[in-house]
Amino acid sequence: MTSKIEKEDLSRRNFVFGSIAAAGLTVAPGVMLYQTANARDLSKPVSSKVRWGMLIDTTKDVDWNKCVEACVKEHGLGNEEHSRADQRTQYIRVVDVKNKTTGYSMSLPVMCQHCEKPPCVDVCPTGASMKREDGIVLVDRHRCIGCRYCMMACPYKARSFVHETLTDQKTTTPRGKGCVESCNMCVNRVDNGQLPACVEVSEGAIVFGDLNDPESDISRLLAKHGGKQIRADLKLNPGVQYQGI
Amino acid sequence: MKKLHFLEVEGNTKGFYTFLGIFGLISLIGVLAAYYMEHHGHYVTGMSNQVVWGTPHVFAIFLIVAASGALNVASISSVFAKTAYKPLARLSGMLAMALLAGGLVVLLLDLGRPDRLIVAMTRFNFVSIFTWNIFLYTGFMGIVAIYLWTMMDRPYNNLTKKAGMVAFIWRLILTTGTGSIFGFLISREAYDTALLAPMFIIMSFSFGLAFFMLVLMASYKYTDRPLGDYVINRLKNLLGVFVAAVLYFVIVYHITNLYSADHRGVSIFVLSAGGIYTFLFWVVQIGLGTVLPLFLLYGPTGKNRTMIGLASLLIIIGALAQLYIIIIGGQAYPMVMFPGMEVSSSFYDGVVASYAPSLPEVLLGLGGVGVTLLLVTIAVAALKFLPASLADEVVDPHAK
Repeated sequence: MTSKIEKEDLSRRNFVFGSIAAAGLTVAPGVMLYQTANARDLSKPVSSKVRWGMLIDTTKDVDWNKCVEACVKEHGLGNEEHSRADQRTQYIRVVDVKNKTTGYSMSLPVMCQHCEKPPCVDVCPTGASMKREDGIVLVDRHRCIGCRYCMMACPYKARSFVHETLTDQKTTTPRGKGCVESCNMCVNRVDNGQLPACVEVSEGAIVFGDLNDPESDISRLLAKHGGKQIRADLKLNPGVQYQGI
Repeated sequence: MKKLHFLEVEGNTKGFYTFLGIFGLISLIGVLAAYYMEHHGHYVTGMSNQVVWGTPHVFAIFLIVAASGALNVASISSVFAKTAYKPLARLSGMLAMALLAGGLVVLLLDLGRPDRLIVAMTRFNFVSIFTWNIFLYTGFMGIVAIYLWTMMDRPYNNLTKKAGMVAFIWRLILTTGTGSIFGFLISREAYDTALLAPMFIIMSFSFGLAFFMLVLMASYKYTDRPLGDYVINRLKNLLGVFVAAVLYFVIVYHITNLYSADHRGVSIFVLSAGGIYTFLFWVVQIGLGTVLPLFLLYGPTGKNRTMIGLASLLIIIGALAQLYIIIIGGQAYPMVMFPGMEVSSSFYDGVVASYAPSLPEVLLGLGGVGVTLLLVTIAVAALKFLPASLADEVVDPHAK
C-alpha cells in the first residue's frame, strides 16, 4: 500500500487542498483509508493548514489488541528488562468500560488524544512537550528533563516515563532513560505518507486524516455521524475522537 | 532591655564538627541515593507511570513550602514592625534560603535527566508554572540575600524595611506558585482547585515556623546560649494559630469537595476509603500533626520547652503526611475518564495505584533536610546570624 501511495506522487499543494482525497476515492475501493497519506516535503516546516486526527469506531468488532501490538512493534516498545509492569511504557492501551447500572460494556483503544489545547504542553517547563503545527503532540527527547509534570497534567494518562536504560531502540522512535514519551501519531510514518501503525491494522475501525479538510474521510464521517471526545468537558478539543462511546 | 549582640557560633569545637559531620553524612547519603536512582533509572524506586511523583517530591515540596514560611519571622519584624522578632530576623532569612536550597537539590536530583539542568535554565516555556517557579526560586534567593545584607551591614539598615517588604510579597507569590503546581491541574480530582494556593501559603506559615523553632531551640541548647521564655512563648502561640489555620483550610477543602459530586470521590477516598491515605490523614496529619500539637502548645504543658519542641516535631511529621496525601494520594486515586463507569485496562485505569516508598527515595528526601541543616550549621559559624543571648532581659521590651 505504501508503494501505491508513493506512486501517486501528488504535490503537497494538491494534498493540502484535498484534491487527492477526491481522486483517491474514485481510483479504487478501499483506498479511502489512505487518501491523505502522502509524504510531506521534509525540507519545509509542517503546515498548520493540516490537522491530523483519528476517528475510532468502537462499535466495530475489532480486536483492539492488534493495534497495541502494531504500536509496540512500530516503536520498539516492550524492551524493558527491569521495570515493573506499572513502570513499562504503553503508548496505546485497551480500556474496558462497563456501565454498572445497565451492564452495558465496551472496549476502546486510548492513546494520546492529541489535544488542540494540550495541558502537557502548557505545563512543560522547557518546551520539550510540544504540539506540531499539524496538531501532532509529542515530546522532544533532546529537551525533556524528565520532570514528569506533563504526566501529572494529562487527563488521559497517555504518557509513560522511561524507567531504565534501553538498548536497540528504533531509529525512528528515539527513546531513552529519564525521559517522558507517548503516542506521537507515528509522526515518522505520517511524514513519509504512511498511516499510523494502529490505523493500518485496525480493519477500518480507525480512520486517520485531516480534520481541517472538509473533503477528507474523517471529516465526512464526523459530519455525518458525529464524534465524541473523552472528557469533552475539559474543552481540550482532542484530535482523537470516538464513535460509540 | 539590654543591647542586642550578634555573635558567630564558635567553629573550632568538637560539637560543631560533630554536627557538620552528621549533616554532611546525611547529605552525602542523599546524593549517593540520587546517583543510584539515576544510574539504574527510576525502576529502582516505588514510582511508576501512575504515581510519577513520589517521596522525594514530598520532601522537596515540604522544604520549599517551609522555606517561604521560615521567612515569616523576619517579615513580622521588618514589615509589621514587631520589635520582639527583630533578634530572630537574621536566622529566619538564612534558614529560608537553606530550606529552599535543600528542597531544590531534592527536586533537581529526582529529575529523569538532572544532567540537563542547563536546558531547564536556558529553554523556557513561560506558560508553565514550573518555569515561573524557576524564576520565583532564584529570585527568592537573591532578594532574601539582599534582605539579609541590609540587616547585617549597618550602613544599609535603613533599607531593611523595604527589602523585607519585597521579600514578603515575593514569598507570598512563591508559595502561590508552589500551590498552583497542583491547583492548576485540571486532570486530577484531588487538585484542580485554586484553594490549594492559599492553603499552601498557610501551610508554609505552619511548617516553616515549626522548623524555625526546632532550629532555634537546638542552636541555643547546643551552644549554651540563653533562650528566654519570652521569645519561645510568642513563637509557640503563633505556631498554634498557624496549625489551627491549616486545619481550617483542610476542612474547607474537603467540604468543598464533598459538596460537589464530581470531586466527592477523592475526599471520600482520603477520609474513609483510602487505606494508608486515610490512616495518614486521621492518625498522622490530624491526630499527631494537628490536635496533639495544639494540646501541647496551649494545654497545661504549654510552657514546657521539651513539649514545645515535641509539638514542633509533630507538626513537621504531620506536614509530611499531609503532603504525602496531597501528592501521592492525589495520584493514586484513579483518574476519572468515563464518569460513572467501571473502567479497567493494562495501564491501571480505574484502580487505586499502588505505591510504596523505596529506600533511595527516602534517603534522597532526608538528604535534602541534611543539606538544609548543613548549610545552617556552616552559616551560623561563618556569620553573625544568632544573638549571643535571647534571654528575656535582652529581648523582652517590658523586662525589668
